[in-house]
Amino acid sequence: MSAVLDTHGHDDHAHHPTGIMRWVTTTNHKDIGTMYLWFSFTMFLVGGIMALVIRTELFAPGLQIVDPERFNAMTTYHGLIMVFGAIMPAFVGFANWLIPMQIGAPDMAFPRMNNLSFWLLPPAALLLIVAQFTPGGGAGVGWTMYAPLTVQAPMSMDLTIFAVHILGASSIMGSINIITTILNMRAPGMGLMRIPLFCWTWLITAYLLIAVMPVLAGAVTMTLTDRHFGTTFFNAAGGGDPVLYQHIFWFFGHPEVYIIAIPAFGVISQIIPAFARKPLFGYTSMVYATASIAVLSFLVWAHHMYTVGMPVEGQLYFMYATVLIAVPTGVKVFNWVATMWRGSLTFETPMLFACGFLFLFTMGGFTGLVLSIVPIDVQLHDTYYVVAHFHYVMVAGALFSAFGGIYFWLPKWTGKMYNETLGKWHFWLSFIFFNMTFFVQHFLGLAGMPRRIPDYSLQFTEFNVISSIGAWGFGLSQLLFLYIVVSTIRSGKKAADKQWDGADSLEWTHLPSPPPYHSFETPPVLK
Amino acid sequence: MFGKFARVVAGLSMAAWGVTAHAAYQLNLQTPATKEGVSVHELHTIILVICVVIFIGVFGAMGYAMYAHRKSKGHVAAQFHENTLVEILWTVIPFVILVLIAWPATRTLLAMRDTAQPDLTIKATGYQWKWGYDYLSGEGEGISFLSNLATPADQIHGTAPKGEHYLLEVDNPLVVPVGKKVRVLTTGADVIHSWYVPALAVKQDANPGFIRDTWFRADKEGTYRGQCAELCGKDHGFMPIVVEVVSAEKYTAWVGERTKKVAAAAEDADKVWDLAALKQRGEKVYQTNCVACHQANGMGTPPAFPPLSGSKVVNGPKEAQIALELNGKQGTAMAPFKQLSDTDLAAVITYVRNSWANKTGEVIQPAEIKAARK
Repeated sequence: MSAVLDTHGHDDHAHHPTGIMRWVTTTNHKDIGTMYLWFSFTMFLVGGIMALVIRTELFAPGLQIVDPERFNAMTTYHGLIMVFGAIMPAFVGFANWLIPMQIGAPDMAFPRMNNLSFWLLPPAALLLIVAQFTPGGGAGVGWTMYAPLTVQAPMSMDLTIFAVHILGASSIMGSINIITTILNMRAPGMGLMRIPLFCWTWLITAYLLIAVMPVLAGAVTMTLTDRHFGTTFFNAAGGGDPVLYQHIFWFFGHPEVYIIAIPAFGVISQIIPAFARKPLFGYTSMVYATASIAVLSFLVWAHHMYTVGMPVEGQLYFMYATVLIAVPTGVKVFNWVATMWRGSLTFETPMLFACGFLFLFTMGGFTGLVLSIVPIDVQLHDTYYVVAHFHYVMVAGALFSAFGGIYFWLPKWTGKMYNETLGKWHFWLSFIFFNMTFFVQHFLGLAGMPRRIPDYSLQFTEFNVISSIGAWGFGLSQLLFLYIVVSTIRSGKKAADKQWDGADSLEWTHLPSPPPYHSFETPPVLK
Repeated sequence: MFGKFARVVAGLSMAAWGVTAHAAYQLNLQTPATKEGVSVHELHTIILVICVVIFIGVFGAMGYAMYAHRKSKGHVAAQFHENTLVEILWTVIPFVILVLIAWPATRTLLAMRDTAQPDLTIKATGYQWKWGYDYLSGEGEGISFLSNLATPADQIHGTAPKGEHYLLEVDNPLVVPVGKKVRVLTTGADVIHSWYVPALAVKQDANPGFIRDTWFRADKEGTYRGQCAELCGKDHGFMPIVVEVVSAEKYTAWVGERTKKVAAAAEDADKVWDLAALKQRGEKVYQTNCVACHQANGMGTPPAFPPLSGSKVVNGPKEAQIALELNGKQGTAMAPFKQLSDTDLAAVITYVRNSWANKTGEVIQPAEIKAARK
């Protein structure tokens, strides 16, 4: 360890540019990880403002603050920005920071490509935001961008398609980097079945990304040529089929769900053992469960489109394949609970978020099971029940896991400790307002309120009021998170090298807080 | 095994909430009006109960650990991290439960998809943003009409109090007889729509260029309200579906009335109108059928919906415009409007050709539309 510390004095702090150019030209995994995380938080606020526009319009029946076109644009870009701009980059940020440290490497395998894959994101985000101010406004087509509605959409659709292309390129480069790093740069003795589960989940996720991002790029490119170059991929009059788009999109879209969820599983699998002071239960079965979820995710795409009119045999196949996913997902939840069982538990903020994740993600899993049953889905498809379901998985699942991860590693990254009391406030406010926003949406969906409507009939009023109040509460609570992080960086108390008793991966056991600029210049010695 | 229990639970929940189907704070699915709807309701109850039981089991264990195995209580961590038997059990047991769920689900699904031997076949066409219905076979064959939102704009913009069926009311509801198997063919004229009536347990996407089908057999007379369920552009939230299920006698009477109306409209087509009267009627037709895309000021919302004011087609030869209204324009959002009567079409074309910047001074007579249809 001392060898590592010694190098800290003469690492290339002195050689690299300062000021803004440091960040533009950096090839360091920590700098890039930090940029990913700040980028992601910025996009989270932008997407969050869009969500508040939606919820404010839905506070009461009637049209009040936005016209229907703008409302549709808000639902579209809220989804795109949250998925591609906030959640995915957040976990790539974690990957950049943590993977080299957890496997005993100095940096990522391809540092310059790492720089490029980050710097592709801001222009893509800019395209999505600028799209709102082009003639005709943002494209009100939904984040799923179903043809042929996209063929009618104004020019903002082209900017959106281009943004998706860039984001896809960025994700693919990031994935190549992650796979190469994990497979080739592990310290001697760090066998694949010894790497922390977070690295395993990212290894699997990176393969998923490489497999499906080109598929999405294909789907939006076909949309582009249908719009401008006279092709008819999605137009029956020219021999095409609008449903073809949905098949292609969801062949990307379902694995995408796990691209978001699996790294979140990884973060939770680091946090729970640390606060249970007990090794993760069933490490091997966790790896296999994650891999089988990933494989199954390629085989179930059409459960997002049960009502398109596919043959009943198709519906039955996709239903059976989908309910199967409940088995490995169940195994993961059981393993986490078994890790807590007979541990020595404490509940600092990261653990609160992990428990919140476990509780709410499982609810999202159960509503997923309900939706997988075709006859029920025919009732609930494209209603608020679906909106509630995927926000339990995306917000209470992925986002809570990311919050937990930030609180967990912030002491390591900055060398400073956050304010525990405020962290707990952040958790409880988020937990309560999240449920206030989304739990009632299950009832709206069951009663038949379609999603993506700017106005609704009177019997849906009460739950929409509750949901909108919850959304504002949730949104404002996130400003507390920003305050906590900024005040930790500026004036937090010094954190210990091994801040959490039960944390046992290399960044805690072999590196100081904050870690040196190049994590391991000489490989750590593993027992 | 589940059936009876589920029926009790479903029955209770329906009694509690179902009777107030349109009241606030409704917590469950709408009261089903078809046998398939009842099966779906039961299936949902079964799965909900299974989920709640598992949820209580898992989080009961987690809650107990959170309470009893705390460091603050002096609990020392055990170091086990594997148990093959437990791991096999919690893989196999969920699998078995899933098979048990899949069985009734399959049975219900097969019944829901059996559209054979209908008493009545109706085609529902989704337009931006209204529904069109064509009675294709069975009693009422040949009836055809458009069904538009009937809620006035001032209710939507908050300048008038909202009515009881705000956004769930139409000018021409779909009327069907009780107890008869109604097969609904769905298709879209422009983009994808979805025909969704919750109480009838029916949702079927309406894909442009393709025909898909679904069916229902309503057990009870009544009015059932639904909405388009697939995002279809600006007024996606404003194209409701209203199905009136009536007795066989009432249905026959309704068919008679409709047929008479069509006949009356056909005779009407020989009447010769003057510009003012036709324009006045045309404005009404425009407000119902055209205004959503082409706007009240005729300026449209380009590029998808071009302006009519100053348009080349509107100010060019009338034959071209008549053909466009009757047949629509391939590859654009302009749908065919041949369901409208000759008089209505003549009126709206006259109105458009003599409004805003358009001053052709032409009067299009219903007879010209009638001739163009052939």
